[in-house]
Amino acid sequence: MTTTAEYNITTALENLTQSLTTHLSSCQEPAIIGIHTGGVWIAEHLQQRLPGEIPLGTLDISFYRDDFSRVGLNPEVRPSRIPFDIDGRHIVLVDDVLYTGRTIRAALNEIFDYGRPASVLLAILIERDGRQLPIAADCVGDIVILQDNEQIKLSGPAPLSLEIVKLP
Amino acid sequence: MNHPLQLDQSGGLKHFLTIEGLKRETLISILDTAESMTGVTDRSIKKIPVLRGKTIANLFFEPSTRTRTTFELAAKRLSADVLNIAVSTSATIKGESLLDTLRNLEAMHVDMFVVRHPQSGAAHFIAQHVAPHISIINAGDGRHAHPTQAMLDIFTVRRHKPDFGALRVAIIGDILHSRVARSQIHALNTLLTGEVRVIAPKTLLPIDVESLGVKVFYSLKEGLKDTDVVIMLRLQHERMQAGRLPSEREYYHHYGLTRDRLQLAKSDALVMHPGPINRGVEMSSSVADGPQSAILEQVSHGIAIRMAVMSMALDRTRATS
Repeated sequence: MTTTAEYNITTALENLTQSLTTHLSSCQEPAIIGIHTGGVWIAEHLQQRLPGEIPLGTLDISFYRDDFSRVGLNPEVRPSRIPFDIDGRHIVLVDDVLYTGRTIRAALNEIFDYGRPASVLLAILIERDGRQLPIAADCVGDIVILQDNEQIKLSGPAPLSLEIVKLP
Repeated sequence: MNHPLQLDQSGGLKHFLTIEGLKRETLISILDTAESMTGVTDRSIKKIPVLRGKTIANLFFEPSTRTRTTFELAAKRLSADVLNIAVSTSATIKGESLLDTLRNLEAMHVDMFVVRHPQSGAAHFIAQHVAPHISIINAGDGRHAHPTQAMLDIFTVRRHKPDFGALRVAIIGDILHSRVARSQIHALNTLLTGEVRVIAPKTLLPIDVESLGVKVFYSLKEGLKDTDVVIMLRLQHERMQAGRLPSEREYYHHYGLTRDRLQLAKSDALVMHPGPINRGVEMSSSVADGPQSAILEQVSHGIAIRMAVMSMALDRTRATS
């Protein structure tokens, strides 16, 4: 039977906001990009809490997935929206969970098709074990170790909540 | 009968030959996928890796600039490799030599043929005879169908007026010879459009035109009344020689879309034309370049629609799973 455990998201969000504020203090004109769907919610949350008016973009990486030929076209793909110039910009890439690292690989490829950023900083709400690529987060809300049959599920956008789902 | 030729076992698009017989959901899924493709054009690198490693051959047995170019561009934006093969139109293409051409391309490991042919049914014929892993996209066959053109027109309409049930759409001109009109009518009816009208002189209408599910008008002024979308068709010069019309001037006098006549339609009516336009024959320049014209938008949307159809047809996951 599938069981779920509620996870207190507030502390993780505060940690992430705090860590990102420190990182961005020396950064000129950063921009935030959230990865659909959960990453966008976290990115919106961060945008409201970070000082200054930081522009927000959204990325749907479906066309860049490395398992595209296995998974196929997702008819629900939303167009990516980057309403600012990427060239020379400091980018904060935001996602809800960092797991295998493949989503981030795909997102980086897509970002570079828009232009050449000055830097990309990876901000992740929950980092879990199971990396398959050499990718690491710069700012993290919390780190969790999960069993093979456990998954993290984010619901949102308002209110944001996290559950750890245990599959049978 | 099992599944129709253009669908795979699970109902996904394998070939795109005609709108006829496709479900409403399939058309909507093409439109939605095209919507997500539109963003690609706004980026500094106008490419996504969806069809990387695939080879697409444009097989044109009939001259075309716009359609071929937009298919080529669409394939390239999806990162596919593209071959352009213009097949001579002067030689009679016999079934056998056509099949030989296909076999040769199959041997080069082409994944998709985009076919334009002056004979109705050519794309179906090719789809029936190619190796099973190859997809065929119909880029216009005789008088029969031009499904990607119809879908880009529908896409243009939907972006301006998304509620098809509330729309009154008029298609004006040479319905008889128009594969575009046939495909548009099927698409509009599949999407449950409120009312589809055709406006043309009797000599340019098929005998059984009502059976397509349209309301027929012989008078432009009557037919234009209260329409939301006005689609003009190109008048081909050959028609005059065949004696179907007295002259271009006479045609313009009765069926040309002028600014005055456009006022009979709703004030926000959309004006469309698949191109190329004969200015002063089908419509005046002031309408073609006017504020209600979506003609150039149609061209851009053609790329997004063709990207959608190509990626859906080459999406092999459904067929194997």
